[in-house]
Amino acid sequence: MSGDFEPKIVAYLCNWCTYLAADLAGTNRLEYPANVRIVRLPCTGRIDFNLIIKAFEMGADAVLVSGCHPGDCHYTAGNYHARRRWILFRELLDVMGIDLNRIHFAWISAAESKKFQQLMSDMTSRIREMGPYTGYREIAGIEP
Amino acid sequence: MEDLTARTAEIPGVKCAVHYKYMCSDPGQSLVREKIVEEKLDGLVVAACSPHMHMKTFRAAAKAAGLNPYLVEIANIREHCSWVHEPKTEMTTVKAMDIIRMSVNKVIQDHSLEPIKVSLVKRALVIGGGVAGIQAALDIADAGHEVILVEREPSVGGKMAGLSETFPTLDCSQCILTPRMVEVGQHPGIRLYTYSEVEAVSGFLGNFSVTIRKKARYVDVDKCNGCLDCWAKCPSKQNQSEFDYGLGQRKAIYVPFPQAVPARPVIDPKTCIKFQRNKCGVCLKICKANAINYEDEDKIVTEEVGAIVVATGFKLYNIGKKQDTPGIIGYGEYGYGEYKDVIDGLQFERLASASGPTSGEIRRPSDGAEPKNVVFIACVGSRDPAKGIPYCSKICCMYTAKHTMLYKHKVHDGQAHVFYMDIRAGGKSYDEFVRRAIEKDGARYYRGRVSKISEENGKLMVSGSDTIGGEPVEIEADMVVLASAMRPSDGAKELAQKLKIGYDEHGFLSESHPKLRPVETTTAGIFVCGACQGPKDIPESVAQASAAAAKVQVLFSKSELTREPEVARIDEINCAACSACLRACPYSAIERAEIRDRGGNLVKYTSRVNPSLCMGCGTCVSVCPSKCADLEGFSEQQIYGMVNSLI
Repeated sequence: MSGDFEPKIVAYLCNWCTYLAADLAGTNRLEYPANVRIVRLPCTGRIDFNLIIKAFEMGADAVLVSGCHPGDCHYTAGNYHARRRWILFRELLDVMGIDLNRIHFAWISAAESKKFQQLMSDMTSRIREMGPYTGYREIAGIEP
Repeated sequence: MEDLTARTAEIPGVKCAVHYKYMCSDPGQSLVREKIVEEKLDGLVVAACSPHMHMKTFRAAAKAAGLNPYLVEIANIREHCSWVHEPKTEMTTVKAMDIIRMSVNKVIQDHSLEPIKVSLVKRALVIGGGVAGIQAALDIADAGHEVILVEREPSVGGKMAGLSETFPTLDCSQCILTPRMVEVGQHPGIRLYTYSEVEAVSGFLGNFSVTIRKKARYVDVDKCNGCLDCWAKCPSKQNQSEFDYGLGQRKAIYVPFPQAVPARPVIDPKTCIKFQRNKCGVCLKICKANAINYEDEDKIVTEEVGAIVVATGFKLYNIGKKQDTPGIIGYGEYGYGEYKDVIDGLQFERLASASGPTSGEIRRPSDGAEPKNVVFIACVGSRDPAKGIPYCSKICCMYTAKHTMLYKHKVHDGQAHVFYMDIRAGGKSYDEFVRRAIEKDGARYYRGRVSKISEENGKLMVSGSDTIGGEPVEIEADMVVLASAMRPSDGAKELAQKLKIGYDEHGFLSESHPKLRPVETTTAGIFVCGACQGPKDIPESVAQASAAAAKVQVLFSKSELTREPEVARIDEINCAACSACLRACPYSAIERAEIRDRGGNLVKYTSRVNPSLCMGCGTCVSVCPSKCADLEGFSEQQIYGMVNSLI
């Protein structure tokens, strides 16, 4: 439908797992579309609700949050905090009217570079299909 | 790149932008230092490879030029951009620019920080008492530092203690290992916890606190004088010996093997008559040292250490149908576990060992006859993605060649047959060794796989193929030895989770960098060595153990440690002392503190971060309802600054 549309994806990645998976994807030259902008955070536990909203406010068409697998958190339990908070986020974002299909939560370890590549490719083509995200701006009353 | 450099120079806040091909090289770093001084810079962004690669390098360069090292940011345009996206397209360039812009916006909000100084306990914990753990413990202890060696089994020695002779020199394994075991047992700097396991680990580099479970031995190690009369007299003797991999028998009170260190027995309550039927009690009666204690219980001890070396070793892949790990599939067609004379490599080692159940004579397990035709199958499990083990176990080519030689040296009229996929004999004198097995000792090598083993009239019918000769091969064998894949030992994953270190999809522990940091883990102060990190042979395990020990010594050469100052801080004036952060902190690094005026009157409560405990995860930041918690290096301002630059 929107042939020329290239989505903007903001990825909040934990420093120890998914950021390293993205590094490894580089070392292994695993190609994926250049639509993602990575924000390195120490841990998914650092991610709060406002960061997701902020990304949409800045025009992101989708947001990815990814960190270590449960049990593997570099900081013991940060990803559990993130997971617990994510359950609340979902409800809240849903109530606000934000399209939950625009947000993706994943566990990708430092070794799973292929999984990272796959996710980035899949997510990009999925969002490409969905088209630009105008929903947030409508909710927030921002002029498009 | 020129275009990118020019565009970067236009970003608000950028004083100058320069391009150099190898910024991490000496001339590159000189350029960085020059520019910092020349342009009086108060921030530096290096647009290059991952911060995990060269953050340290450029922080050091900044420091040398008088710039606080924490005013440096790295824009990862290599791993995250040029290496993964189509080259020279507008989209790739736009992404690179975005990454640089984000980093510039981040560096603007960086603060000058000073490293945090912390004390250091100069005592090391070594987990695992196989050859790698023994080597690491001895090296550290010889350097003058205390070592605590924890071993799960009743004796140190590990897998190597059970081997017969070792490739490529054919020297007897026990002859070279037991003196090292004795040394470990007698070293004044080494405290041995055998029959013990690490229960929990807390703390951080230089200051770990380790909880160790000393399993009930039912024998008081201090009172016992090692006469082993109890071992001789115990009437319960029909129990499968773990050390002989089920080929031999042991008693209920036992030492795994005669040269065990410590030479102190344990009682296995599952097979002991006293425990099972409350009868017998022979060991108690004959023990002159009064060392037997049926009431013994597990004991928990806590030790403070500054560094940890993990050397938990390997186990063999279970060839049979039953598996303990999802995704791993057995070879039902080889009849392992069904046919008694189909054994694995470590079992063959026990048969060939002079201290083994057959005193070193090659006898097949079913009837004790001397096998005249023995088939060895390499790569059982290894390099077989269909079985869930895609990697090469590295040692099997060599030990299979060794097995054929040992067999030939013991059974002169016997014939060894080997089915292999490729012969991988890389290493000093390794290929020559395999040639010797084939050319001098006459082992017949077939390049091909075995499809099925079936039992007929007491013989094992091995059906395989010879892909070089291009014909099927049928061998009537008396015994089959399977060179099964190496897997990480049981519990390695759980231990890694306790230690907060990484492991790969197969459960092998991850090193920090596959080439440049081979014994470090991603957790500072924890090192790995030996087969727990990946399949390797004895020389490699020993080399890696010495390397890990050297790293520990480097750590212990300092009188105090410095820690990264990227930790949380609390705005104590505005903090409402709700303690949400305190509950969320995984390190108990936040405490409830009082703020008092000069007269000593309580003004308010606040949360306060202990910087020497904070690891900088930022969980407190995201749970603080009043936004009073923040994290240096990843502050709210910085993260929002980065996202803001994405217009």
